[in-house]
Amino acid sequence: MFKEFKFFPEQASTLAGEVDLLFYFLIAVSVFFSSLIFFLIYVFAVRYRRRSEDEKPQQIPGMLKLELAWSIIPLILTMIVFVWGATIYFDSYTPPKDAMEVYVVGKQWMWHIQHPTGQREINELHIPVNQPVKLTMATEDVIHSFYVPAFRVKKDVVPGRYTTMWFEATKTGEFHLFCAEYCGTKHSAMIGKVVVQEPAAYQDWLSGGTQNEPLEVIGEKKFQQFACQTCHADKPNSRGPSLVGIFGESIKLQNGQSVVVDEEYIRESVLEPNSKVAAGYKPVMPTFKGQVSEVSLLQITAYIKSLAKGGSN
Amino acid sequence: MSEASATVHTTHEQTFVSKYIISFDHKMIGKQFLMYGLIMLLLGGALALMVRWQLAYPEKPLPLIGASENYLENSEVTTFMDGLWDNWLSQDSDDQNWLTKRMPVGIITPAFYNALFTMHATIMVFFVVMPILVGAFGNFLIPLMIGTKDMAFPALNMLSFWVAVIAALIMMAGFFVPGGHAATGWTGYPPLSSDPTWTGVDWGQNLWCISLIVLGVSSLMGSINYITTILNMRAPGMTLMRMPLVIWSLFIVAILLLLALPVLTSALAMLVLDRLAGTTFFNIEGGGDPLLWQHLFWFFGHPEVYILILPAMGIASEIIPVFARKPIFGYKAMVYAMASLAFLGWIVWGHHMFQSGMNPTLGATFMISTMVIAVPSAIKTFNWLGTLWGGNIKFSIPMLNSIAFVSMFVIGGLSGIFMASNAVDIFIHDTYFIVAHIHYVVFGGSIFGIFAAVYYWFPKMFGRMMNNKFAHIHFWISIVAFNCTFFPMHILGVGGHMRRIYNPMQYEFLQNFEGMNIFITLSAFVLGFGQLIFLYNAFYSAFKGKKAEDNPWKANTLEWSAPTPPPHGNFLTPPTVYHGPYEYSVPDMEEDFLPQIEKR
Ligand code: HEC
Ligand code: HEM
Ligand SMILES: [Cu+2]
Ligand SMILES: [Cu+2]
Repeated sequence: MFKEFKFFPEQASTLAGEVDLLFYFLIAVSVFFSSLIFFLIYVFAVRYRRRSEDEKPQQIPGMLKLELAWSIIPLILTMIVFVWGATIYFDSYTPPKDAMEVYVVGKQWMWHIQHPTGQREINELHIPVNQPVKLTMATEDVIHSFYVPAFRVKKDVVPGRYTTMWFEATKTGEFHLFCAEYCGTKHSAMIGKVVVQEPAAYQDWLSGGTQNEPLEVIGEKKFQQFACQTCHADKPNSRGPSLVGIFGESIKLQNGQSVVVDEEYIRESVLEPNSKVAAGYKPVMPTFKGQVSEVSLLQITAYIKSLAKGGSN
Repeated sequence: MSEASATVHTTHEQTFVSKYIISFDHKMIGKQFLMYGLIMLLLGGALALMVRWQLAYPEKPLPLIGASENYLENSEVTTFMDGLWDNWLSQDSDDQNWLTKRMPVGIITPAFYNALFTMHATIMVFFVVMPILVGAFGNFLIPLMIGTKDMAFPALNMLSFWVAVIAALIMMAGFFVPGGHAATGWTGYPPLSSDPTWTGVDWGQNLWCISLIVLGVSSLMGSINYITTILNMRAPGMTLMRMPLVIWSLFIVAILLLLALPVLTSALAMLVLDRLAGTTFFNIEGGGDPLLWQHLFWFFGHPEVYILILPAMGIASEIIPVFARKPIFGYKAMVYAMASLAFLGWIVWGHHMFQSGMNPTLGATFMISTMVIAVPSAIKTFNWLGTLWGGNIKFSIPMLNSIAFVSMFVIGGLSGIFMASNAVDIFIHDTYFIVAHIHYVVFGGSIFGIFAAVYYWFPKMFGRMMNNKFAHIHFWISIVAFNCTFFPMHILGVGGHMRRIYNPMQYEFLQNFEGMNIFITLSAFVLGFGQLIFLYNAFYSAFKGKKAEDNPWKANTLEWSAPTPPPHGNFLTPPTVYHGPYEYSVPDMEEDFLPQIEKR
């Protein structure tokens, strides 16, 4: 009946083993309690089945010790599960510093993936094994959810913001990639795969195929195409602030607060320029909402990030 | 309230219309809600079976419909399907009728499939379980069990039913508008639901919103009525702590409804305005946020699941002592456990949104509040067991269904802990594990609770007993087929089988699950058709069943002290209550029960 039936998908990330361990613990707890309860129901059903209509059982309105026991034991158990689960959750939340970056855009009904080196893929994600990978994700239309069962990861892409997730593959091979959040008529056809390769093979893949320009170079072109440099020309007296070296730095806003420049802040600056205005500048930047696609926005972001890494030029 | 006393409850002449249609009598309104819910159950069940057919035999023509007209040869079906995959939405043409648009050659199209699962869930939650548990039993039981003549506002009560009928008609109309019915899941997440371009559904979704808004109004009228009645119209001696637990559960549910439904109603109003009036509550282009919907929906949605389960808990707490001939174990603990469930229900909604990118500290907060819910749930379960312990148990049909309720609730509750641990939930969210969980709670819990309640109160409602043999056949078919249908779904989910997918066979690794999917579907058909026995039994017995005595189960609560079936105005003499509802097997008494109206 079940061809090569497997209970869990294979474990192919550093997270998978940890999640499964907690899962097994929960199964053990559940099997224990459901067996206990079903056993008691069975025993009571047999033992206390009605024998005569006028046999009177003893009244038991309550029993404090027993009631305390079955309140406190579940409380302790759930708190153990909480601490255990929360530990995994926090660990799996913050990506390591050396994570490789990849940009993902979901749209009906495909995944569009860009690597910093400029490779673009549709419904496929090539990554090296044993290397943390951080995904910065957006959507062009509705909510989708990036789901790789073998890695035990899943994260929604939500209009109007970036979401991030990270994982480290521990096995080479091809793994399924799905959209887990129902996203319209062809939702079930939004299927892809993650290809995990040995570093050498991955390098080959990177350099193979059509010659790609790195993402930041494409971003620079877009930057010019949208005429951003007319205001952000990194020279004195230009209308907008210089974007050189701002990524990752904290900058002052007109209202006296300060923010750290990250992907989300760049996104907001381009789409809602007046919501956070840099100190010392007039709110003259026009909004690019509806003009710049999520894909281009990620490219421009990569360009602005590269300005930070390389120092001023 | 003046109206209640103004309506003179004597056996004056009643016309057919005033007795059966525009009735002000809480008992008739309760029966009307019961009929309404059972009819919708048939519809919701039929939709579920079509969903199951597609999952087990994807892209195969439906039985009967597929074979009836313009049936194609096998090879033609393949060509047809290839075309379907290439352009999914352009199936509309003028020479098609309602059926062939949705199921050309008997094959369910993806767009129709999506409407099917959306409407299945919507109907089951809003038009089956809520009307039966809250509408039917709330109405029938509250005045009888607290010992009064009728609801505080009989006219409002009548209106509440007919407004619910209007809501159902609006919802049904959605099936017939161009573009098809709503297809965004019963959770209706925007932007999918806020902009017709993403699904191609236009008026279907609008009607979905409008219908649920109207239903919200109906339910609001009901809950105001319940709260007022319970607070003001209890018989002398019926203190709060002498109320039967089912009345406690309905009281708590009425409060939840009063507070939760307006949140849904306002969210739906925003959604419909976004669609029709160009507002941008959920649209980022205009500064809105799609996550706002998720917060509003689940702020309503989690209390909603307690609205669906608490009355069933109350029902089980009512029936188990009667057939164990023992007082309920820990009456006060039961009341406090229900109240704390209701309270905790307000602070856990975020557990539906763990993967939407929330801050991990917030995620952990929702995780701990959700975990704590296990405690009152455990208290309730063990108190039911404590009631069985040392009893003199009679396995009557209401009792069997109540024990099934307790057992299935245990499984549903335990699988809830998996999903509360968000590291695990991130893996199983949006898979069949969730589908298994909701059905253990909502079918194994609420629906078995409904079965128990119908069998138990049927004699009082219709003055006749239900047929015992049919009831037993129905019970055993249901409990076995239910577990065969829904237990394997846990395994599917852990294997990575997602929910709301049109065709699992598109996924290479899910092809291994084909056998399991077929097994589930066959069980689902047994389960679905098994319910016909129940419906037949109910309708047959209502007219032809054995005549019932006033107190066939020898129970203590007030409704059994009223004549069967209770006349207009319920009690021959206004009852006075002398003690709590669960005084069974009091020592040194001849009888093993002591009705609440009798002094010790
Ligand atoms: C009309 C001139 C103008 C154009 C064109 C313009 N900007 Fe700006 N930009 C500004 C000004 C002025 C500010 C500072 C005030 C503010 O924050 O709104 C700014 C702020 C920013 C910031 C925030 C920097 C900080 O230090 O806070 C970013 C990032 C940015 N712009 C990116 C872009 C990108 C990318 C484009 C092209 C798509 C662009 N801008 C086009 C004028 C412009
Ligand atoms: C014969 C009985 C039933 C069968 C075979 C059945 C089957 C299903 C299936 C297969 C799904 C998943 C659809 C999908 O995600 O692809 C589903 C979803 C659901 N069902 Fe049922 N169901 C039954 C009864 C009920 C009842 C009685 C209720 C409520 C009282 C209910 C409430 C729901 C809900 C809330 C969902 C979630 C829908 C969603 O948002 O994905 N079901 N059902
Ligand atoms: Cu999707
Ligand atoms: Cu919830």
